[in-house]
Order: sequence, then structure tokens, then C-alpha cells
Amino acid sequence: MYLADFLQLLVYGVISGSILALGAIGVSLIFGILRFAHFAHGDLMTVGAFCALAAVTGLGLPVIAAIPFAILGAVVVAVGIDQTIYRRLRRTAPVILLISSFGMAMALRAVIQIIWGTQDRVYQSGIQLPYRIGDIVLQPAHVWILAGTALLVAAVHLFLQKTSLGKAMRAMSDNMDLARVTGINAERVIIWTWVMGAGLAAVAGVFLAMDTRLHPTMGWHMMLPIFAAAILGGIGKPYGAILGGLIIGVAQELSTLWLSPAYKPAVAFAIMVFMLIVRPQGLLGGRR
Amino acid sequence: MTIPAGSLLALDNVYGGYGGVDILRGVTMTVQPGEIVVIIGPNGAGKSTSMKAAFGLVNVREGRVAFEGRDITNWRADRLVKLGMGFVPQEHNVFPSLTVQENLEMGAYLNPKGMRARMDKIFGIFPRLAERRRQAAGLMSGGERQMVAMGRALMAEPRMLLLDEPTAGLSPLFIEQTFERVVEINKLGIGILMVEQNAKQALAIAHRGYVLAMGENRFEDTGPNLLANREVAELFLGG
Amino acid sequence: MEAYLVFFLTLAGIYAVLALALNLQWGLTGLFNFGISGFFAVGAYTAAILTTNPSPNHLGGFGLPFLVGAGAAMVAAGILAFAIGLVTIRLRTDYLAIATIGIAEIVRLVFMNEAWIGYGVRGIPGIPRPFSPDPVVFLGVVAVLLLLVFLALERLRRSPWGRVLRAIRENETASLAAGKNVLRFRLEAFVLGSMFMGLAGSLYAHFVGFISPEAFDPLYGTFLIWVMLIAGGSGNNKGALLGAFAIWVVWSGSEFLTGMLPPGLSTQASAVRILLIGLLLQVILLWRPEGLLKEERPALEKTRKK
Ligand SMILES: Nc1ncnc2c1ncn2[C@@H]1O[C@H](COP(=O)(O)OP(=O)(O)O)[C@@H](O)[C@H]1O
Ligand SMILES: [Mg+2]
Repeated sequence: MYLADFLQLLVYGVISGSILALGAIGVSLIFGILRFAHFAHGDLMTVGAFCALAAVTGLGLPVIAAIPFAILGAVVVAVGIDQTIYRRLRRTAPVILLISSFGMAMALRAVIQIIWGTQDRVYQSGIQLPYRIGDIVLQPAHVWILAGTALLVAAVHLFLQKTSLGKAMRAMSDNMDLARVTGINAERVIIWTWVMGAGLAAVAGVFLAMDTRLHPTMGWHMMLPIFAAAILGGIGKPYGAILGGLIIGVAQELSTLWLSPAYKPAVAFAIMVFMLIVRPQGLLGGRR
Repeated sequence: MTIPAGSLLALDNVYGGYGGVDILRGVTMTVQPGEIVVIIGPNGAGKSTSMKAAFGLVNVREGRVAFEGRDITNWRADRLVKLGMGFVPQEHNVFPSLTVQENLEMGAYLNPKGMRARMDKIFGIFPRLAERRRQAAGLMSGGERQMVAMGRALMAEPRMLLLDEPTAGLSPLFIEQTFERVVEINKLGIGILMVEQNAKQALAIAHRGYVLAMGENRFEDTGPNLLANREVAELFLGG
Repeated sequence: MEAYLVFFLTLAGIYAVLALALNLQWGLTGLFNFGISGFFAVGAYTAAILTTNPSPNHLGGFGLPFLVGAGAAMVAAGILAFAIGLVTIRLRTDYLAIATIGIAEIVRLVFMNEAWIGYGVRGIPGIPRPFSPDPVVFLGVVAVLLLLVFLALERLRRSPWGRVLRAIRENETASLAAGKNVLRFRLEAFVLGSMFMGLAGSLYAHFVGFISPEAFDPLYGTFLIWVMLIAGGSGNNKGALLGAFAIWVVWSGSEFLTGMLPPGLSTQASAVRILLIGLLLQVILLWRPEGLLKEERPALEKTRKK
């Protein structure tokens, strides 16, 4: 094995890890605040990716300029589902949300399939000239993904640390009852949590489609590594989710040195199970 | 209609509990403006539950809760904060991953105007918090956490403060200090309803007190009278 | 028409076994299993490998009798469940849900990529039906096994073991205090339920005669079973049976409906059906969370939330 190959895989790992991180932040925030694993999160990514496709084909926008449409689409869907269904189920029996979101994942995927069919699609056909840095090859899409993720992670950080809404989210994640007693309007913060989680998921979906292709099941197949990332980092901890995403992404790529690439999800799963055995609260000490 | 006129907070014959079971079976109490009122009673008597019922955290099945004459029975907690009530729960009363300063900011979430000035006022009452403002609240000692929790509640500028066992688990020195702070806060014109296990000290600073047992009122009197009451002393003050 | 009825009833019977198995895990014990398809697939492959005639394309076949295959299918699914349960059963049940999804996905990947086990995507053909190739006979086999599973689970539900499971589900701390080893009871319920899922997998393999990884998409193996149990009434074995048949009627009936769609849309027919079932699930959760048949005992909704 050559160093260059290794570095190339590392770069690919960081790229796919970025996509995982963006998805995992949302899963982690929602788990922290609403106390359930949101199984339809991957499908929100799919929704975002396809909304961007609609803007690309319908309005002729370049894909990066279509990202706001992706965010808008996923946010409307997520908040809509929360307000019509999850909100009512929250009040009666929270565990039922797991089942409901599992059903939602299936329903969202079906809607995408009805509108766009099941064939693979891309935003942009044709070959783009890659950049070369030494022996490492980088597609233009990869540069967008890395830069976009860095930007969003910084924005999430500033939001959580500096804005009062962001602090309220962290407070709710710490202790929902105390947040209510403190005067925080929990329902409002929950809606904003969905806005943020779905918005990040939409961008992750667009990035994933830029890196690979669009397909109705693209997001669902990301659920396992995304949950693995969230658990690895410590569920309920957005920073842990970023760390977990990068670790899982890099581990998945490096594993292809020894394993068939088909087993990437198994690598994520193995890391998750290992973590559940030795440190279920995750690297940054989230909930268990 | 037994809610006395002019009262700050009043619970009138409240029944309620968790799930289907009534823990409270006719609890009645009032706090007049400017008063410190202390609730004592054995473990499991329903003291915390009474406070939660007043704060909309436990369903009140029967009876009424009123704040400044307004019926607030089963109101949502965040609306009560807006109205001018503050609550420091018995446990888990700080946001552990937020810094001290952020905990205080959360207290002003509903009304952030002039937050800095208020925070300075609270740092005046609890100078220790000013020193540790950037520290995560979860990493602080029990006594310091209690200060954070009280400070957080005060940030909303309440006219009425509910404190559930503010001295639980503290060292004697901290207990003493906490009661001094409570008196100080009360002097700002804030009515106080406080559950206490350190009953003698608490009654000593209280204007009035209630003894609760089995979810019902057992005694009520001024602080000194309750301290002097032989039956109360034998049953609830450890002789 | 008669052939269709036999086909319909046989698959309904297999789904009913799965719904009963899930009822043991979720309905009685409160354990999530979103990886039903994984245990089902392991059972199907185990049975296929053991009962087919020798083939150079895949592991085995060993030409063993049906019951040996079915038994081994249960054991294999049980071992898998034991391994994953050991890790996750002490954690919040969300983790079990995630881990079981992972297991199902990995099971599918293994069967797809390890061609030496089951000839990859080309699958294992020629899985014999026991006793006679006549589908009516096989329907009888399914019916008998379904009845046995139902009676066994009903007995278990009423047994002291079943009462402990319910107590654990409703108030973990109280039964802990009563000196019961909660984790062990939960693990037992999880493993036993998964074993029945393996059994259902073996029945499926013998019925269809051919299996490949595509048959074990999470949709068919998992989602539909959940809808069946929730619709029928979780916690109630009769409800699980009723739900399996009712939803199977709806699911099959929707095929007729989507068959009438204009040609342009008919390629999306399966997606339309999934969407309908997905929405039906939400409707049930919102307006009739107890399902068609209530659990045969009072009040559980409130205590379930811990
Ligand atoms: N969250 C809860 N759910 C169910 N029962 C509770 C809960 N909290 C307290 N209880 C019960 O209510 C009774 C009164 O508790 P509490 O009001 O906390 O007593 P205390 O006077 O010691 O503060 C106790 O029997 C307790 O077990
Ligand atoms: Mg108490």
C-alpha cells in the first residue's frame, strides 16, 4: 500500500464523514430534545436532495444555488410531520414516535419514488475536471462538500454557543422539565430544532447526491452510519456527532483496504456495537 | 371560594397526582405578599408535589391555584414564569452542560431586555457565581449549583419564588448562607414558598409555616408558634 | 382463484407467525425490533441450505428433512438475536431498534456478497416443500405451525414468565425490586421472538421455493409486520393474528386498486401501496393506538412512558 492511496482514502473518508456529520447533528439534537431516534432522518436527506433536483431541472440552477430549495423542502416536510403527527404522539407515548418515524421513512421514500421514479439520477452529467494536489485527486464536488460542511459546522457552533435560541436548545437537551420551568417555550424550540435538523439533513442529502447519485433509497441507506456516528459521539451531543461522523467516514473508507466496499455499513455497525459495549454514553458523554 | 383576597399565591383544596392516583388530597395554603412561608413534613408527604401542582407540572384534578387573585390552575409552566412566578425544583435544577452565565441567561429567556443589569444584581447576591461564570454548572459543588438555580429563577424577576429543599445535601455552613440569601431575596419584596427538611432553621426565618402529611394539611401557624408546638416538635422536628 | 386463495392464506399465515413473534418482543415486553427481515432471512437461508439437494453454487444443500431445517432456522435466528441482545438489551430500547436495523442490513449484505453461502443475488432455487409439492398441503403445514406458535405464546403470556415480562414493561423498577433479573427476562423474550421469526423464514423459503437477498428488503420483512401488530393490537396475540390477516387483505387488495391506475402510474404502484400503508399506520397511531383488539388487561398507556 502506498502512502498516496492511504491519503486519498483519508480524504474520501473526510468527505463522506462530512456528509454523515451533517446528518448526525440533526439526529443527535432531535434525540437530545425529543428523546427518540428519528428513523426518517435519512429520508429527509433524500427529500432535500430531490428538491434540489427539482430546482436544478426546473429552474436551470447550478446545484449549489439549488441548496436553499433543498433546505426549504426538507424543513417544510419535517415541521409539517412534526406538527401533524409527532406532536400529538409526544403527548401520549414517546416510544410510539419510533414506530411512527419508521413508517414516515417508508412513506417519504414512497412519495419520492412516485414523483421521480426509481432510476438513478445525477444533478449534472458529464465529466468535471478534478483538481490534483500532489497525488491526491479531488473532484470539484468534493471541494464544495468540504467547504460547505466546514461552513455549516461553524454556523451550528456559533448558533448553539451565541444565540439565545441555540442555548435554549442545549438547555432543553439537558433537562426538558427544567427548561419549561425556566420559561422556555418548549414547543417553539422544538420547531426550531426540526428546522435546523432538517435543514442540515437536506444539505447532507444534496452533498451525498453530488458525491454519488440520487435514488429514493439513498437516505435510508445512510441511517445506519448516521446513527453509528451519533452514538459514537455521544447521543444528544452535536459536537460528538461531528466527531463521530468523521471517524465513521474515515473508518469506512480505510476499511476498503481490507474489505469489500459493500461492507462499509458493517464497519459502521461494528464501531457502533463496540462503542455500545465499552462506552454506551459515547465519546463526549451523551445520554444512554 | 376560600381564596383570601390580596394573597400572592393560593392553593385552595387541591387534589391531584401522577397518573391516576391522587397524592394531594385537599392541600390548602397561601402566601401573602412579602412573606416567607415554609412547608415541612415527612418524606413522601406531597411537599414537592404541592409545589409542582402550583407550577403546572402536576395535574390538578380538583381545587384551584391562584396567583395574585388570577386563576392559574393547570397553566403551563412557561406562562407562569411570564406571569411572575419562579420555581427552583428539588433536584436537577441547573442545566449541567451550560455555563453558569448561560444558566442565568436562560432565566431571562422570556424577557432578555436589561439582562446584564439583572445578572450583575444576582452576582451581587451570589458573588461566587461571578467568579465562576464561565464554568459548566454540572461541574460545580452542590451549594454552588443551588446558587445557580436560585439565580436562574431570579433572572426572570419573579414576584413569587418557590424553593424545593434549597439546602438539601449542603454542609452546615452552606445551609446557614442559603437561608441568609433567602432572607435577602425576600427583602427585595419577593414572596417565598419553601419546602425544607432543616425545619427548625427554616421556621426561624419564616413568617408562617405549614405541616403536610399524607397529602393533607396537618398544622399551620406562624414560624415561632410551630417551633413551640409540642406535637409538631415531636412528630416533625425530631423532638 | 382457488390457487390464489391458497397463496394468499399461506403468506398470511407466515406473516401471522411474524406478527405473533413481534408481539412477544414489542407487545408483551416493550422491545423494539426493526430488523425482523434479518432474522427472517437467516431462518430462510438456514432452512434452504439444509434442505435443498447438494449444489455447487451454494453452501450445502444437505437434503435434510423439513423439520430439521425449521429447527435449525430457529436456532440460527436465536443465536443472532442473543448476540445483539447481549449488547443492547441493557440500554434504552432505541438502541435495540437501531442495532436490529443494522443487523438486518448486514445480514442482507452478507447474503448478497458472500456468494459461497447463497449464490449471491442469484439466490438458492429448488427448496422443496415438505410431504408434497401440493400448495394446499403446505398451507396445512403452515396452519398447524401457526396454531402451535399461537398456543405456545398464549400459554407463555398467561404463565408467570409472561406476567413478569408485562411487569417489566410497565414498571421496570418495581419488578427489579421484586428480585427479578430484568435483563435476563428481556433477553429471553427477544431471543424467543426472533426464533419464531426464523421459523417464519424457513416456512417462506419452502413455500416460495427460491430465495435471494432481494426478498428481504426491510419493507416486506419489517414494516408490514409492524403495521400488522399495531393495527391488530399490540400485547394481544389474537390481535396480532387479526392484524396480520386484516393488513394482508388491505395490502393485497391495494394491489388490485393500483392495478387499475393509468399505465403511466402503474410502475409506481408498489410505492403508492407503501405510501397508503405508511399513512394507515399514522392514522392508527393517532386515533386508535390500541389497535383493533385491546390488550386483555386494563390501563397500560400511561405507565409505558417511563
Ligand atoms: N414523578 C412521580 N411519579 C409518580 N409518583 C411520584 C412521582 N414523584 C413523587 N411521587 C410520589 O408522590 C408521593 C409524594 O412525593 P413528594 O411530593 O415528592 O414528597 P415529598 O413530600 O417528600 O416532597 C410519594 O409517594 C412519591 O412516591
Ligand atoms: Mg420533595
